[in-house]
Amino acid sequence: MQRRNFLKTAVLGAATLPFLRYLPAEAASRAGTLVVVVGNNINSLDLHRKGTNRPSYQVTVNIYDRLVRFGVKTTADGSLAYDSTKIEPEVAESWQWSADRKSITFKLNPKAKFWDGSPVTAQDVKWSFDRAVSLGGFPAVQMKAGSMTKPEQFVVIDDMTFRIDIPAPSKLTLPDLAVPIPFIINSKVAKANASKDDPWATEYLHKNPAGSGAYKIARWDPGQQFVYQLNEDWALGPKPGIKRVIVREVPSASTRRALTERGDADLYMGIPAKDSKELAAKGKVSISGAPIDNCLHVLALNLKYKPFDNMKVRQAIAFALPYKEIVQAAAYGRGEPMYGGKQATPADITWPQPFPYDTDLAKAKALLAEAGMADGFETTLSYNLGLAEWQEPTALLIQESLGKIGIKVTLDKIPGANWRTASLVEKRLPMHMENFGGWLNYPDYYFFWAYKYGHLFNSSNYKNPEVEALVDSTLHMETTDPQYAENVKRMIAIAFEEVPRIPLYQPYLDAAMQKDVSGYASWFHRQLDVRGIQKA
Amino acid sequence: MPDQLLQIGRRLLQAVPSVIGIVIISFALTRALPGDPAVYFAGAMADEESIAEVRQALGLDRSLVEQFFIYVSNLLQGDLGLSLNTGLPVLEELLTRLPASLELTFTGLGLAVLIAVPLGMLAATRPGSWIDHLCRVLVTAGVSLPTFFTGLFLIYIFYFLLGWAPSPLGRLDILYLPPPHVTGFYLIDSLLAGDSETFWAALRQLVLPAFTLGLFALAPIARMTRASMLSALGSEYVRTARANGLSHRKVLFTYAFRNAALPLLTTLGMVFSFLLGANVLVEKVFAWPGIGLFAIEALVASDYAAVQGFVLSMALLFVVVNLMIDLLLTLIDPRVSMSD
Amino acid sequence: MKRFLNHFFYVMSENPVTVFAFSLFILIILTALFGPWLAPYDPLATQAANALQPPSLQHWFGTDHLGRDVFSRVIVATRLDLGIALSAVALSFFIGSALGSAAGFWGGWTDRIIGRLSDTIMAFPLFVLAMGIVSALGNSVENIIYATAIINLPFYARVARAETNVRRNAGYVMAARLSGSSDLRILATQVFPNCLPPMMVQISLNMGWAILNAAGLSFIGLGVRPPDAEWGIMVAEGATYIVSGEWWLALFPGAALMLAVFCFNLIGDGLRDLVDPLRRT
Repeated sequence: MQRRNFLKTAVLGAATLPFLRYLPAEAASRAGTLVVVVGNNINSLDLHRKGTNRPSYQVTVNIYDRLVRFGVKTTADGSLAYDSTKIEPEVAESWQWSADRKSITFKLNPKAKFWDGSPVTAQDVKWSFDRAVSLGGFPAVQMKAGSMTKPEQFVVIDDMTFRIDIPAPSKLTLPDLAVPIPFIINSKVAKANASKDDPWATEYLHKNPAGSGAYKIARWDPGQQFVYQLNEDWALGPKPGIKRVIVREVPSASTRRALTERGDADLYMGIPAKDSKELAAKGKVSISGAPIDNCLHVLALNLKYKPFDNMKVRQAIAFALPYKEIVQAAAYGRGEPMYGGKQATPADITWPQPFPYDTDLAKAKALLAEAGMADGFETTLSYNLGLAEWQEPTALLIQESLGKIGIKVTLDKIPGANWRTASLVEKRLPMHMENFGGWLNYPDYYFFWAYKYGHLFNSSNYKNPEVEALVDSTLHMETTDPQYAENVKRMIAIAFEEVPRIPLYQPYLDAAMQKDVSGYASWFHRQLDVRGIQKA
Repeated sequence: MPDQLLQIGRRLLQAVPSVIGIVIISFALTRALPGDPAVYFAGAMADEESIAEVRQALGLDRSLVEQFFIYVSNLLQGDLGLSLNTGLPVLEELLTRLPASLELTFTGLGLAVLIAVPLGMLAATRPGSWIDHLCRVLVTAGVSLPTFFTGLFLIYIFYFLLGWAPSPLGRLDILYLPPPHVTGFYLIDSLLAGDSETFWAALRQLVLPAFTLGLFALAPIARMTRASMLSALGSEYVRTARANGLSHRKVLFTYAFRNAALPLLTTLGMVFSFLLGANVLVEKVFAWPGIGLFAIEALVASDYAAVQGFVLSMALLFVVVNLMIDLLLTLIDPRVSMSD
Repeated sequence: MKRFLNHFFYVMSENPVTVFAFSLFILIILTALFGPWLAPYDPLATQAANALQPPSLQHWFGTDHLGRDVFSRVIVATRLDLGIALSAVALSFFIGSALGSAAGFWGGWTDRIIGRLSDTIMAFPLFVLAMGIVSALGNSVENIIYATAIINLPFYARVARAETNVRRNAGYVMAARLSGSSDLRILATQVFPNCLPPMMVQISLNMGWAILNAAGLSFIGLGVRPPDAEWGIMVAEGATYIVSGEWWLALFPGAALMLAVFCFNLIGDGLRDLVDPLRRT
């Protein structure tokens, strides 16, 4: 069935567009086609569906529109990156906060049209948002971060006016509307394909997107590739430069690199740090990337297990890590150092910022002795097989270095399927690697997920009443509030001292592309946004 | 003939306990896989509540026995479940991917036969000579390399350095479209559609992975050819034929080879089954969209339905292949009884 | 015994390839025994500043991504690889041949159950079964050994069953039975020793397989735990560096692995000649 549909699309495509049995690489028609290689399969075209995996998010980013989006800025090295401080209109033409800041009213843009030509209305927005909070799973969690939990909060005022009510003012609501989750679906099409058992049309939208975005899905061959086709009528931003994007799934990283180096692939998303560094040095392709906002690669120590409940032990470990070697051998220099901070308390609210630790074995030994563990101890360091590319060399370096202060470390690599359960859900790994990054770029948002007791990414089981109170009072606070900076500095100071999570470095998200490709920007969601890309 | 039908029937019945065993073992094995699919598929940042929702949606909150019976009853209705990894029904996945694996395996086997049979015959005509030893060393070297290692080196040399091979991107290069679906074998489908360009494109993609796979099959085929040729050459009728002054060629190809073909066929059946398994790694290296690649990814994600479906279909395939070989043998040589 | 030795030397003199294989075998055994003393460097010592150096006089096989000496790692890995192969094969040999001889000797239901069981295992794509077992049990050296042993079980069971079946009514078995020996005793002293020669061939071939199997598991991330040196995992990790030009990471352990597997396969072949002279003319 699926296959026949694809063939039909393909035949139609061949009649109208030259997507063709064969095109020589140098043929002019390849100019409008971008070939992208990625490492993972997508498994759905619908982000709200249960079980949709991370790589599939990029489909939603490109084929659906949201009310608002983040702007793009140029970083110091000339790369483009999203700008977390700039929120731009997309389907919403303008918006207005109420005086008590407990509701936002959006005016929809009449130029916003679904692929079938019908206008995007407030009813569509409401249906889509209702769906996001009702289907449960990750979408509901992410909506909750923006204080949106119930359908009653979404109000249709008229066809072109839409209002969101929130229980208390929050700085997170508006940016949370720019993440991939609250995308707008053509509710007429979806409802026509819904059933009593499936009121939100998850089966239909899983394979048949119905949106208004700049690109449509021309075909999807699961496990092999999917193809974006430009929506010529899209008018909610600068006209995209690429007519067709072929995203090919190539499981082997070295094949992806070979394809890029040979010029058979135009763009390689998520290139490993080593390849990124070497390709940049060779100069045949360009590398674009930026440190991932609000993201840290950390060594987490689980306070539930002795002796990690002892702060001195945690500090001793923080002084014993070979930071320089890790940045060099695991991140190949594509990581912002997070060690060697000069002061014990943060000077400003920059996040992430270097912690006041550096490799100092003498100090580490002294601290260990103070903790009464002068002879060291034995422990297990776990890492994720799926992320072995950086976690394994890091683990090996840590193992060796901790050996020097008497801590005997056994390594344990855990398959991807088991990793989340063991590290984040059951939180039962004594010493392990963690790489949480917050989509919303606020330090308090990071602390909310990673330092509050019981929260998903607090895999250290860290619990501190002061942090709990600080995060609760700061999370929804406007950044302009004078108390905000005070609170954040205090949080960071506690993280410095108590180090349940020892930061190793802030990672980069890199992409390699041919010299004729421009306009690539790195995004907080770590997916490819095709809309800005040009190919000469 | 009815006698033969009866034999076939008995042969089929013999397979039944194995199939039942396979269903049970594959179920038990997949449930023993580490990790909680509910957690994996609830996605990043999912909290306990949403994980519980996913678990319920997947039916994982029921008891194992209950899950097993649900699985079996679905199976009897031809429902293999939904792959969590690709979001499609497992049956559909297997049906689209199986031709890819089979095409690769058959081509690899064909290549191996083309190389190994002449080598084996050459060795058999000159036993103990340096040619014999060389053949032996060559084919043994072939089975001594990990397939993924051979594959990657071939890609490095022929694609990356020399640029002779097309990009190792599965069945067709990026800008081709698959031919209209008839058999699922791109080589055959493209010929049926009269599309020689796609045929060549598909063939070019096949060469490296098929060779990698075929290298692994050289040794058993060459060994069996050599052994059965030797015994055929030493037999009564070949000596008689020689004594009667028939040409060397004629004796070798007509008399000896025809008799050596039977054990060779049995070996081919075994080698084929073996190659289907060995496919897994080759598919990963060459991004070949076959069932092996599907299985590896499913296994890593604890995707129960997909792993079970894969194992089950492979096992059934083995049973069918062995049955066909037996049938072929009876057809070729009536002396071979199926009950042997 | 003397006859056997004579035959041994005869086969050896006939077959230079087998001589080569046996000498290689001895070399491998010696490396496995004395590896840690032969290695010029500590195989686990990292030196990040010296990472990914091509082969040189200091580092004959170059250094890896953490600056560890590849030559030392290849040498030291011999023991672990041989250990995995030996224990896996020994395990499947003992269990498989016990089951097989029981099936062949007693026949009936014992035979049927064991036969179906081994059919069921054989119906699985073997490598996939090994993958499944290792990922279910967790990846450690022991589990790799168990998985390899399980997938090889049916081969031994089959050979043992066939050989026992032929011999259970042989004259010497009858004689032993008449003299009042128990079944188990007859199996152990009369039947089983006679089944050994054909099994030896299988053992040697399986040793090679076991090493390849472990390497394949490593390639998909189910191999030996770091930081231990093992050929398969070194090739698997090194393979990702081929395209970036650091060929020595995969080539040298790959060559070592190939030599070992090659050697076992050739010995298996040679043993076959030794055991079954009829197969060769």
